[in-house]
Amino acid sequence: MTAAVFFGCAFIAFGPAFSLFIFTIAKDPLRVIILIAGKANEGLAAISEEESSPISVREMAYVAGLGFGIMSGAFSMINTLSDSLGPGTVGMFGDSQYYFITSALMTLALTLLHTFWGVVFFDGCERKRWWVIVAVLCLHLVVSGLSLLNPLYVGSVPPVYVIMLLMAVWAFFSSGGSLHNLSLLWTCRKSNAETSS
Amino acid sequence: MKDNCICVLMVCCVCNTPLHGLDFFVFLCFSDVNSNSVAQKIYVEVNNTVPCVRLLNATHQIGCQSSISGDTGVIHVLESEADLEWPLTKGPNPPYMILLESHLFTRSIMMKIKKESSRIAGVTVVVPNTSPSEFSPHTTCPNENTGVYSDTYGPHLAHCNTTVWNPLGNGLSYEEFDFPVFSLKEDKQCYYDHNRVVNGSAPQYPLCAMQLFSHMFAVTDTATCMRRNDVINFSINPEMVCDPLGDFNVWGSIRPYNRSQLGHRDNESVVMAAARLDSRAFFWDVSTGAEGSISGFVTLLAAAHALRDVTQVAPPTHNILFAFFQGEAFDYIGSSRMVYDMQNGKFVIDLDNVHSLLEIGQVKRLVDNFQSSATGANFSLVEPGVSQPLPPSSLQRFLRAQNIPGIVLADHRAAFNNKYYESYYDNADNLNLRYPPNMTAEEQLEFLTDTAMALTEVATVVARALYKQAGGDGTQVDNIKADSKTVTQMLFGFLVQANNSWFQALIPPELKDMLSDPPDFYVGVASSSPAKAKPLTRLVQFLLANLTGTATNLTQDQCQKPDDLPDESVQMYSYLWVQGTVPHNGTEKGPFCVRASVRLSQALSPAFDLGEYASRNYSTWTESRWKFIKARIFLVASRDLEMLTLGVGVAVLFSSLLVTYFISTKADVLFSSAREPASAAY
Repeated sequence: MTAAVFFGCAFIAFGPAFSLFIFTIAKDPLRVIILIAGKANEGLAAISEEESSPISVREMAYVAGLGFGIMSGAFSMINTLSDSLGPGTVGMFGDSQYYFITSALMTLALTLLHTFWGVVFFDGCERKRWWVIVAVLCLHLVVSGLSLLNPLYVGSVPPVYVIMLLMAVWAFFSSGGSLHNLSLLWTCRKSNAETSS
Repeated sequence: MKDNCICVLMVCCVCNTPLHGLDFFVFLCFSDVNSNSVAQKIYVEVNNTVPCVRLLNATHQIGCQSSISGDTGVIHVLESEADLEWPLTKGPNPPYMILLESHLFTRSIMMKIKKESSRIAGVTVVVPNTSPSEFSPHTTCPNENTGVYSDTYGPHLAHCNTTVWNPLGNGLSYEEFDFPVFSLKEDKQCYYDHNRVVNGSAPQYPLCAMQLFSHMFAVTDTATCMRRNDVINFSINPEMVCDPLGDFNVWGSIRPYNRSQLGHRDNESVVMAAARLDSRAFFWDVSTGAEGSISGFVTLLAAAHALRDVTQVAPPTHNILFAFFQGEAFDYIGSSRMVYDMQNGKFVIDLDNVHSLLEIGQVKRLVDNFQSSATGANFSLVEPGVSQPLPPSSLQRFLRAQNIPGIVLADHRAAFNNKYYESYYDNADNLNLRYPPNMTAEEQLEFLTDTAMALTEVATVVARALYKQAGGDGTQVDNIKADSKTVTQMLFGFLVQANNSWFQALIPPELKDMLSDPPDFYVGVASSSPAKAKPLTRLVQFLLANLTGTATNLTQDQCQKPDDLPDESVQMYSYLWVQGTVPHNGTEKGPFCVRASVRLSQALSPAFDLGEYASRNYSTWTESRWKFIKARIFLVASRDLEMLTLGVGVAVLFSSLLVTYFISTKADVLFSSAREPASAAY
């Protein structure tokens, strides 16, 4: 559909993953390695001099989840993106002309979902809460099953986004966040605003 | 997303939507794993496209050109000439791809489109089923600069000052268009679904569009493209930009000539008989030239066949040489080459050896209203007055070089009778080639059409004339009769179906694939070896060999190397191993070796040998090269939707950058509640 759609869909699909990478991963080479190679901690521990693990469980979970999310997004979106560069759009055979946009939105949601699932899954394994693991697996199935509703995009995209928001909240809480921290943040900002004004 | 992908968890589905397992990938997918199925949802490739390509000569470039990445336009089916207003001025969604019915493919419409070509991406013409009443895309004065008449020789006869030969010509073939023009089968379904203009209001997006690719490498003129050919040869990736047009002439003689003895032959006086083989059309490679050239060379082949027996029984005083010229539509490529070879001692005879020349031009209407019951020649030959110039003919090239007595046999006194000169419509219907219904191909092959009978009459007259002109025995003349069965089989093969049993019998078994349907009569680009001559040329070569030569008892090995035998000489004859004719009683004869004095001589304009790419004397036609030619149809979305997508993308990117920055700077505040066990190691 031309360069405008190509860049638009690319930004939609990979924008958050890109910003997450820049601000949280790129500074730390260890995290880059875990992002790409997944389970490399043993090798890293073998070559490091310290006793303890160089990377915490939580960081590991987050980085690995984001890595899977990026890979999944790349596999599902790159092919579609390259076809969006051409002059034509989907629709000749009755498909919806919003194909590219909804593909990008789904990819965005899936990338973030993989990140959150990684955090929650690792936390569940850590605390030996097996129902968490089962829940994550079931949600995987539910989300991929929702894609069967395409091209009824109103049936697939909003529910996936709802699930993503729910997972975001769950991941926030299982990675050490709490309402208290949020209120701290808020008052911190407020007090900063007061002291500076 | 792939809609029908039922993927089991812990599974990587290599369709378009993988959902990850943690560490391992198992293949279990219930969908159709097409590579690039997204592209299949978007584009529909159009098959059987015929483009208009770019040709160049010493001064001009003609034909059509697309941009290097194809030209895309919203399809608009033109209903009338007044409807041009929509794509040219009023329509809100330029550029447009105009789809023309064949009756609207006229000069006035094409010139209007050419003037406003900024809003036009291209033109497609629907392949017609019926012929219009008249149509000729050629110029009104064919080959006017390379004939015998010029400003210094008969200026009142030059440039059609006396007689306009092709008054119906609209010159479209010689115009230059900077947009692609294609000929396609009719496919308006997409247009009717999406692009109809209802009550003057613009149609809604998404709209149906077509993209045409026909990017031509060569520009300006032949001298430029040949110079670029030479330059490119020095680079790492040599890629030619154009090729000279040309092919091979077919010639044969009653008495053979030793091909190693070239140049003037003492005491040799030859009667030449000539006809042209090729024709052209506006679109590339779809010409037939039924009346323009086929009628002529089929008649000459039949005349040569008629002379075979009598010239063995009672040989005439002079030799008779039959010449079939290729490339005559493009400033006499074949005949100018033969004349040049004769002048420079590169042919078996030279111009002083030519006694006279009889050329067969367009002869379809010489025998109008043929009565199948009548016998004898029922037409008379009339010579127009001396104020009448010669029509465009190969004889003009001979006269340019030397004064040779010559005759052009044609069915028109002044302007052509052919209403479809050098056009796609000059086909079997134009020759009134009619077969009774419900006949199989083999039955049609044998059926004696009226056209065939008419041309047989002409061939008989030509053969007798040639025999008498060559000083043959007057008493034998009445025995010369052309064979109508041969003529009708030739007409069927060249105009209806080349892949028939008779043609197959005349050619070597390994060349059977040459007989593709329909045979094309465009001269094409020159090749260096006779083995790569065009199928039409080779077919005529084998025809002439079978019709004028003799069958021998040589085996296939001997046929390849006849010089081992005492009586045979490859310098005098050519030996061709052919499939074998099936006589009337149906018994298969099997392959055999034909010995005939039939040769191919190169038909490449002398301008290319001499390096005179801007020559005014010789043909300088070249054809541009191209990478690929294709067409595809798809839907296009509105600009607004595209911009919306881009806007949403930029907004998502910026907002995610902001949010992530914010969260990462405040991360210590947000994620601090749980205690990290210090010795968590993996």
